[in-house]
Amino acid sequence: MKAMLLERLLQLITVVWGVGTLTFILMRSLPGDMAYRIAASRYGQDNVNSEAAALVREELQLDQSPWVAYWHWLTDLLQFKLGDSLVSGLPVMDSVQHMLGHSLLLALSGLMLSVLIAVPLGLLSAWRGNPLDSVLMGLSSAIRAMPVFVVGVLLLLFFALHWGLFPVAGFGTPAHLVLPALTLAISLAAVSNRVVRDSAKHTFQAAFYRFSRVKGLSEWQTFRQHGVRNIAVPVVAFFGIQLVSMIEGIVMIESLFSWPGIGHGLAHAIFARDIPVIQGSALVMGVLFVLLNTLVDIICLWIDPRGAKA
Amino acid sequence: MKVMPFYKRILFCSSILFGLLAVTACSGPTSSNTVSISAAFEFTSLDPSKNGYIFSRMQVVETLLDVNEKGLLIPALAKDWQVSEDARTWTFDLRDDVYFHDGTLMNAEAVVNSLLIAQTKHGALRNAPINSISAAGDSSVVISLSRPYTLLGAVLANYANGILSPAAYGNDEEVLALSGTGPYKVFQFAPPHKLVVEKFDDYWGKKASIPFASYLTGHRAESRVLQAKSGQADIVFGLDPASLPSLQRMDILTVSSNSIPRTIVLKLNSGHRFLNDVRARQALSLAIDRKGIAKGVLRIPGSEAEQILPASMSNWHLDNVTSETESEVGTPESLLSSLGWNKNANGMLEREGELFELTLITYADRPELTAVATAIQAQWQAIGVTTKVEITNSSAIAMGHQDGSLEVALIARNYGFIADPLGVMLSDFGSNGGGDWGAMNWNNSALSADLMTLEQTSDPVSYKEIAQRSAQILFNQRPMIPVSSYVQQTSVNNRIKGFRYDPFERSFYLNEMEFVKP
Repeated sequence: MKAMLLERLLQLITVVWGVGTLTFILMRSLPGDMAYRIAASRYGQDNVNSEAAALVREELQLDQSPWVAYWHWLTDLLQFKLGDSLVSGLPVMDSVQHMLGHSLLLALSGLMLSVLIAVPLGLLSAWRGNPLDSVLMGLSSAIRAMPVFVVGVLLLLFFALHWGLFPVAGFGTPAHLVLPALTLAISLAAVSNRVVRDSAKHTFQAAFYRFSRVKGLSEWQTFRQHGVRNIAVPVVAFFGIQLVSMIEGIVMIESLFSWPGIGHGLAHAIFARDIPVIQGSALVMGVLFVLLNTLVDIICLWIDPRGAKA
Repeated sequence: MKVMPFYKRILFCSSILFGLLAVTACSGPTSSNTVSISAAFEFTSLDPSKNGYIFSRMQVVETLLDVNEKGLLIPALAKDWQVSEDARTWTFDLRDDVYFHDGTLMNAEAVVNSLLIAQTKHGALRNAPINSISAAGDSSVVISLSRPYTLLGAVLANYANGILSPAAYGNDEEVLALSGTGPYKVFQFAPPHKLVVEKFDDYWGKKASIPFASYLTGHRAESRVLQAKSGQADIVFGLDPASLPSLQRMDILTVSSNSIPRTIVLKLNSGHRFLNDVRARQALSLAIDRKGIAKGVLRIPGSEAEQILPASMSNWHLDNVTSETESEVGTPESLLSSLGWNKNANGMLEREGELFELTLITYADRPELTAVATAIQAQWQAIGVTTKVEITNSSAIAMGHQDGSLEVALIARNYGFIADPLGVMLSDFGSNGGGDWGAMNWNNSALSADLMTLEQTSDPVSYKEIAQRSAQILFNQRPMIPVSSYVQQTSVNNRIKGFRYDPFERSFYLNEMEFVKP
């Protein structure tokens, strides 16, 4: 365990440096004048002109060499500083905290809801087999094929417009969280119920599982003692990975529901060439990725200690 | 001493806690005490020079002068103003008993401080020919100019020049707290999506009746429409034209359509070898089916525009121009043929082995621009011009102008950005072959001279005469081709009364709104 944690710590340092450096290089390589992009985001479409761009260039010293800019970023990072946004002038850490807090809240709520939907449906598919299995798999394929935006609009039409149960957009109250989290959960459950179903099917057909029935255990006892842990390992690993990709990949949901998450913030920062915000967000996501992977590994190890020997 | 029994103590504490919670809940914004607004634009900063438009509209920040619906200057924080005989000194008398949101009294020094800071930032004040801004006593501000400049009043009315308390600024002149003088003060600032304001009881003018107002950025037009339909948002700006029929059928809201001084125009690079002759620009203009775009694409019949400036800006609008006027010069085919362009076997225009090909850029900030761009692409295709449409960022217009790479751009130009359109006309057509958002590689010395003269003309009759002459030059020469005027579509929930729309997009007039009593 200690060796794994040490290995992950080294991974974390590499990821922080690597993600920050790569982001810096990629953003600097994009065509177009950064000063104009930043000026457009700062002053708005009606007020962006070459004068505004010149002002931005002078204020932010955009003419300095990339090496000097990179050195400043690196020395700031060593002091745990992420700098200030080029657009708003606010500390990147504050923006990232605000956005990441909302994204984590949405992603965790969506994940929990998706577990509640996917696990029972996946187990049911594996346990009952056809025709229910085919119906549920067909349904999950149909939902997965639908853009997440369409799922969101459908939920909005029924739950917000027709029945008036939840607000259409915004944030700040638990009611605002329900529809974006449900949209995310449905979209995620459409994939994860297949993972649960495949894992459960694999376990149900395993020799050790059949043997436990032969030796006299009831169906429930077999499931509890030999099924749960074996099914759980790939499912937990899948949910762990999904959580990270969810945090960065829910731009459409955030945009539709006016949710101030990091995916949406990152997309806007890329349009605006707000390099400190992009670097800060990418860096925090990289750290999160390593931490969540470590957490998933620890949970998997706890569920199935045989993994430690491998 | 008699001790209260345990269960009574629990009950007592719980009721106090419950009471406190109830008071807290009641004192904050709820749907019953808040007018909620949804629009497309985000905000990131407290600085009026950057996002002042949102703070001006939410009535947090005010300027020395205001603008009425006709674009005329009216008193605001200055109760009146005088211009010296040589038109180089403007004196503003400040209103008495105006308080900032931090409780301090507004005086001349505070106004001078705000204006001096605004002068160092991006905005029209930076370019005004100002020698000095100084306080004359406690209640007067004097601005002296290096030359007569009739635009000063309109420039001072721009949101970037909002007056803030001296305590609002940090050491580096960054805005740390938005202590303005408006009828609402900031309650919650959660960029880039949410701003909640609370009524300010010490406001000098008409006090607000609705305790709170909230602004939520709704990026997607569909989402904004649903907010209007569900009643979550009381006022929704920038409605998608396709949704108007269904919204108009709803009992809970009213749809309001208002013309604004913003025009969809094509910015042409008149230095381009295909566009340097006025006949080519006229042919491209004639090939556009403006009525079709207004009706079929924008779904606002009657919004087609033959001239850059709308009829509401009467000084700059030619009354004798109709949709037929331009066709007097010929047809697109005849004009292009006179320039040596002939259709090849594929039906596309060709001259000396070269195809008539243009790249048109536009930006996605305003979704209607993309639709209009593709409509123009199809209409130009019909006369044999191949057009490649590229969707980019609004900054690409200014950048393309500067580096000379721009060929054609479709833009939504706000001619009311400075209340007097002369401000935008000067920057777009004033000199040096045009401005970032105006003409490109096109220079007309008569127009430049006229615009410079207007800067110093205060007589309304002479002003109109010169402005009309300028408008005629722009119509004849087509350095920019107008396509359509803007009509702002707004839904207002019927629980709100007192809504009115500001064509200059300076204020939501929240302090004039009331909830309809059930």
